[in-house]
Amino acid sequence: MKLLAHPISAVVIGASAGGVEALLALLPRLPIDYPYPVIVVLHLSEREDSVLPRLFAARTAMPVIEARDKQPVRAGTIHFAPAGYHLLVERDRHFALSIDAPEHYSRPSIDVLFESAADAWGEHLAGVLLTGANEDGAAGLATIAARGGLALVQSPDEAVIATMPQAAIDTMTPHAVLTLAELTRTLCALAGKEPL
Amino acid sequence: MSFDPRLYPERDFEIELRLLIEAIYLKYNYDFRNYSPASLKRRVQHALVQLQCDTVSALQDRVIHSQQHFSDLVQFLTVPVSEMFRDPAYFRALREQVLPVLATYPSLKIWIAGCSTGEEVYSLAILLHEEGLLERSLIYATDINPRSLQRAEDGIYPVGQVQRFTSNYQAAGGKRAFSDYYTAAYGSAIFDRQLKKQMTFADHSLATDAVFTETQLISCRNVLIYFNRALQDRAFGLFRDSLCHRGFLGLGSKETVQFSAHADDFETLTRQERIFRKR
Repeated sequence: MKLLAHPISAVVIGASAGGVEALLALLPRLPIDYPYPVIVVLHLSEREDSVLPRLFAARTAMPVIEARDKQPVRAGTIHFAPAGYHLLVERDRHFALSIDAPEHYSRPSIDVLFESAADAWGEHLAGVLLTGANEDGAAGLATIAARGGLALVQSPDEAVIATMPQAAIDTMTPHAVLTLAELTRTLCALAGKEPL
Repeated sequence: MSFDPRLYPERDFEIELRLLIEAIYLKYNYDFRNYSPASLKRRVQHALVQLQCDTVSALQDRVIHSQQHFSDLVQFLTVPVSEMFRDPAYFRALREQVLPVLATYPSLKIWIAGCSTGEEVYSLAILLHEEGLLERSLIYATDINPRSLQRAEDGIYPVGQVQRFTSNYQAAGGKRAFSDYYTAAYGSAIFDRQLKKQMTFADHSLATDAVFTETQLISCRNVLIYFNRALQDRAFGLFRDSLCHRGFLGLGSKETVQFSAHADDFETLTRQERIFRKR
């Protein structure tokens, strides 16, 4: 399946309710030599200092870290947004954090990550929107597509909560609507890899 | 036509944003030139929608010819978001590890840099009061946004936020009933005037102003994340120069002095709560 005429350089993923399980089905299958940075916003309670990097590091082949302010985006690494902060990517591909107001009641917000990443990588970005109970991420995914990047959405039939992927399908035209297994294969294929 | 970020040519936005920031600096001496670009862009996008401007250039036209419009824009560029005792563990660490040291000084000067609408200023005043230090403390609360400073000085917050403030206060090791500190009236919580006696509110920019006093404690939380590296370094330089020997610096929970040009001037007191100490 050829979705884009040009190569990508980075992957951003957004998920909300049901997202931990969805990400556990996806991220552990990316091979250790997966070449691109993978940047993830998962909605969690603001009060929880993010437990995600530790949770996932034990299960993924790729290294996992919490994204840090003013630090460069690392190739071949999974980055999680810290709880309670928006995560943005600067055009020079460094991270920036913000405590601006929540968007769609969410901080970190998927739109904030996706839209800044679209500025940073343009057509060389793949965005993936997974299960969730609100509409965060639809606008961000539309921006990624508008800049020539790849917009992928989890099939609402498969999602634990269909609202978030459905919002994207209703407001834009994703390149593909796929199951988690298909999404995993697609992300690997973009890098010329096979899923674990 | 109205502003739509997806239809707006990206390169145009970038050029116009730079021009806007330069115009603001030349006209009003507010220096956003070293702010983190991604957040700044988002804030200006938000301002375009709220102020009903189609282009950044149109916004610049308004702002440069009207102080009132500039003042309106500043509200978006500085987005005040705060709550009392945000990150309770930070205030607990101040209470348990910093204030006992500060108690050995005959008088105290404390600087809250980027105080926004003042929630942290009142939090700290409550802490000092409960540890018996408020009477001998002077708290300088500074910000670049005059409307935020006015609200900080007023010390009046929507009563809807008080529940959150209260649970934060308790988690921070509060010693009394939080309701001792405010009066609820007309949907507002009005904080005790006694807390304000030792506070001074002043306009101060970490981008353009100098050190104004010697301090024993500086708290500057979730301000530096909006700066680029160069401006972060300038701010850390000001903090080092303002702090007395062995003075304390408190930062936001994702901020650190460690990777800055002034890393060697500070040691880490509490890693998790982001409190540093001048060497």
